[in-house]
Parts: sequence; structure tokens; C-alpha cells
Amino acid sequence: MTLRAAVALAVCALALLVLPWIIGNEFYVNMATQVLIYALFALSINMMLGYGGMVSLGHAGYLGIAGYACILAVTAGYDHLTAAIFAVAVSTAAAAFFGLLSLRAPGLGFIMITLALGQIVWGIAYRANDLTGGDNGIRYPARPMPFGFDLRDAPSFYYFTLAVFVVALFCIWRFSRSPFGASLMGARDQPRRMRMLGYNVWLIQWLTFVMAGFWASIAGVLYVYYNLFLSPHAISLQQSAEILLMAILGGASTLTGPIVGAAIITLVKNVISTYVERWNTLLGLIFVVVIMFMPYGLVPGCAQLWRRLRIRGKTPKAASSPAAMRAHGASEDARDRAGDTRPEAGSLARDTASEPAP
Amino acid sequence: MQWQFWIIQTLNSVAFGGLLFLLSSGFSLIFGLMRIPNLAHGAFFMLGAYFGYTLLRLNLHFWLAAIAGGLGVGLLGILMERFILRRLAGNEQGQVLVTLGVAFIIADICLLVWTGDPMPLAAPQALRPPLRVWGFAFPTYRLVVLAIALVAALALYLLMERTRLGAMIRAGVDDMEMARGVGIPVSRLFTTVFLLGATLAGIGGVLGGPILNAYPGLDNDMLPLALIVVILGGAGSLLGAFVGSFIVGFIYNFGIALVPDLAYFVLFLPMVLVLVFLPQGLFGRVQI
Repeated sequence: MTLRAAVALAVCALALLVLPWIIGNEFYVNMATQVLIYALFALSINMMLGYGGMVSLGHAGYLGIAGYACILAVTAGYDHLTAAIFAVAVSTAAAAFFGLLSLRAPGLGFIMITLALGQIVWGIAYRANDLTGGDNGIRYPARPMPFGFDLRDAPSFYYFTLAVFVVALFCIWRFSRSPFGASLMGARDQPRRMRMLGYNVWLIQWLTFVMAGFWASIAGVLYVYYNLFLSPHAISLQQSAEILLMAILGGASTLTGPIVGAAIITLVKNVISTYVERWNTLLGLIFVVVIMFMPYGLVPGCAQLWRRLRIRGKTPKAASSPAAMRAHGASEDARDRAGDTRPEAGSLARDTASEPAP
Repeated sequence: MQWQFWIIQTLNSVAFGGLLFLLSSGFSLIFGLMRIPNLAHGAFFMLGAYFGYTLLRLNLHFWLAAIAGGLGVGLLGILMERFILRRLAGNEQGQVLVTLGVAFIIADICLLVWTGDPMPLAAPQALRPPLRVWGFAFPTYRLVVLAIALVAALALYLLMERTRLGAMIRAGVDDMEMARGVGIPVSRLFTTVFLLGATLAGIGGVLGGPILNAYPGLDNDMLPLALIVVILGGAGSLLGAFVGSFIVGFIYNFGIALVPDLAYFVLFLPMVLVLVFLPQGLFGRVQI
């Protein structure tokens, strides 16, 4: 880690730590908590999307399974910790099963199957009145008190969420830098070659699917702790799409992108919905605009812009200096990692699409 | 009266299967040719139902309303294909996500225009009294919907198997590069298929109106069903969409009637079985 990255990280950490003191207002502290929870969702979906090239539209399903399992376990009389572990275990097991099904179809079939699975979870939550309270939803009695800390007020719950988030972020960062993460990216870009090299592409993708489900389940439990309530509306297709959009908007395949995306979408949603009712239209428009004009998302886009400005700022000769070459190479690299499927990469995409099923 | 229940439920199932066929045949054709699941298809269906509602309020004849509503949705499909999907040619992942964005916009505009209340569509006057045969009463309208779906299936079959256009579409489904190579105007074909698919969904929406009503959320109720039909039947296959529609129609309808809590869960089962044993679907022409 370079010195600059370390400083940036320290500044971010400090900012997150003192945030409740700076903003003070409970409403905004709660919003910051929401951002963290959604950022965890977006980070988890980005494990599949950014590093694995798998677009899931059923991610809210894990929020549903983990959330309902947690609530039902606590209502049945178990303590918070047991309930949370049970919820995450059930939901991760569901992810393992959903992964088996979804990975039967490579490419776009994957989107369809994850969407159908997510909607089935939604449909069960909606219809199974006795269990889930149907449309009315069910309540979670009260937030847990880990080691005697009271999490009822906004700042302390913010710190609780932040602690979980930091652990998750560290794990996902390690994941993205690990040999496993590298093999996942290889499986995304060159599945045939990876197979030739002896990697089990299917297993790599399935394990990623399960891990993404695990972190989404953790986020799902946090979501229930935060809202103390869960209804089918929270796990609709719209929720899955919002989570996906956060990752794409910020920039899939980067670590900071999903966090930035989650912050923007959550803030815009909260601000907009106090003034107008038309959040869904705006969501759809953001979707269309981002995908048509900003396919790599904000973070890689801004990074590229920044590099370009710096190169232009120097003398023309500097463009051929080693530093500029490196910068150029890095932006190319970012483009590659962003899963570029524009014409020059199109043949590659087709190549993988026409591959026979394993 | 136990017999009556089973007969009525069976009839409801096949009528619902017919509606699903109108919805999913277009979805399947688009998927087969363009390789993208059009996630706005449920929204097209809902928009058709709302168009039908408004046209009926304007005292248009029911069948005219069905055709006009369908064409209105078809026009929207053309616009979407020409101005949005076309710009993302080659980026299939982006195309899918854009269709989802469009679905949200359509759904929200429907909510704005037609409010959140369910809007009932009246079946044609002549078809309202039940048909009585041997002491059993059959809902006439559903029988007619089934008949229309069967006619549409036959017409689509003839279109695909007996006409030049159908031959070109089949060629595109089987091998896009080769079709382009031998001079088939694939780009125009895309627009045609999108028009066809969207129109069918729109007509399905109007015809489904008297059975399902037009309500917010109809899109998200129908889209997964279309997805499951295509996963079951296989993408790009008309026969697959036909068989899949009736299977899903039966399972969903009987699921709601017998185990309402688990109606969606019983849909899950055939999907799992097909994915595990026949990942291409029952009659799949292309890998989903």
C-alpha cells in the first residue's frame, strides 16, 4: 500500500468515525447507517458482477431469506445471536442452492434465473400470510444488545453497522486481491483458457456466488435491525435492481465504486422522495443513462478523467514519459476490468457465449 | 360441487396459459433472435391492459381496443428497440439492464396516469353470460381467450414455418453471423421481431384485463411467469413457449386455488427440475 493510499484510507476512516458528531442530526445519522447497509449489499453483489461478470437480479432475495429467518427465530424465542447465525446460515445455504441453479445457464440466462428466483422468494413472502404476515410485513421486537451496548439510538447503531461494515470491507478487499479473486477474473474473461489451465471455472463462480450471498445475508440482518420491520416491498425486484444499479453506477470491479454508488442512490432516493413521488421513474432514467453513457461507472470514469487532465496539464512531451505510460496502461487496465463489451471485445463475448454448457 | 370446481379450474388454467402464451411467445422470439431477455415485457403486458381500459372507457369496441392497445404497445417497442437497444448493439448485458430501466419507467408512468387502484376491464357484452353445457356453467370469455391464443399460436407457427420472414427469423436464431453473411437484413429483423413481441404482449394485456384487471404490480406478477415459461420451454422455440405456457398456467392456477400460500413455491419445482436435467429447456433452440 502506498503512502498516499494509506493517508486516504486513514482520512476516510476518521471521517466515518466522527461523522455522527459532525452531522449531529439523528435523521442524517440514520441515513449514513442506511448508506453503509446498502454499501454492503452493493459490495456483495459486486463480488459477482465486477470480478465475476455475473449479473444477478435476485439479490434482494437474500435480504428476504435472512431477514425473515432472523425475525422468525427471534419471535420463536431464540436470542439475537443464535437468530442472526441461523438467519445467515439459512440464507447462505439458499445462495448455495440458487447458485447451483443459476450457473446452469451461462451468460444472460443467469440474469433470468436469478430474477425468477428472487421473484419466487418475493412471491412466497407475499403469499405466506401465516409465516411472513404477507403484505403487512412483520416486526422485529428490538435491536440486540451485544455485550451490553445499547443500540437503540441512532449514533450507537451507526457504530455497530460501521464495525460490521469495516470487517466486511476488509474481507471483500482481501478477496479481490487474493489468488482466488484473480482466478475469478480469469474465469470471467477467458473461461476456456482457465479451464485449459486446470481451474474449475464452475466451482470458482459458484463459491463466489455463495460468498456474495453470505455478505448479502449479513447486510439483510443489519437491514432488519435498522428498520425493525420487514415486508415484501423491501425484497421486490426494485430492491434488487437498486442494489445492482449502485454497483454499476459507482463502477463495478472497483472496491470503492459500489460504496460511492450506494451513497449516491441512497441520498438521492431519500432526498427525492421527500419532494416527489416519482422515484421509480428517476431510478429507471438513471439506469438507462448510466448504462448508455457511463457503462464503467463513476469511479473508473472520474479516475480516467483525472489522469487525462494531469497528462494534458504537463508538456506534450510528457505524454511519452514513463509515468504517463503507466497512467495510460492503468486506464486501459481499468477498462478491461470493467468488462468492456464494446465492439473490439465483442468477439470475445460471443466466443464465451457460444461455448457449450459444461 | 366437486366436479364443477375441477372443470372450472382446468378451464381457468388453460385460459391463463393462453394469456401466458401471448406474453411469452414474443419474449421467447426476442430472446432467441436478439439474445436478450426483454425485462420490459411484463411492463408491456401491463401497459396493454391499461391502454385497453382507457380505450374501452372511450367506448371503443372490445376487439378493436385489443388490436389498438396491442399496436400502441408495439409502437413503443419499436421506439425502444430503435433508440435505446440499437445504441447498445454488442453490449448485451447493457441491453438487458436498460430494458429493466424502461420497465421501471413504464410502471411508474402507469401509476401516475392510472393511479394505484385496480382498473377493471369489462368483457364484451355478448361473452358475459356463462356458457351452459350439460348442466355445467363455463365462463364464455375465458373460452374465447383460449381460442384466440390457439389461433395466435397457429398463425405464429405458419408465420415462422411457412413464410419468408419466418425463415429469416429462424436463420437468425440459429446462426446470426451466417444469416448476416447471406444477406438477411438482420437489423430490420430485430425491429420486426420486437414489434411482433411487444404487440403480442400488449394484446395479451388487453385480453387479460377482464380476467386479471389492470393494477400496479401486474408487470412484476407476469414477468417471472414469462421467464419461467421460457426457462421451461426453452428460449427461441415457439413450441417451447406454447407447452411451457400451459404447464405454468396449470401449475400457477391450481397452486393459487389449492395452496394459496405456496403458489409461487410450486412454480419453483418444475423450474428446478428442468434446470437440473434439461438446462436447454424442453424444446430449446438456443442456450439460455
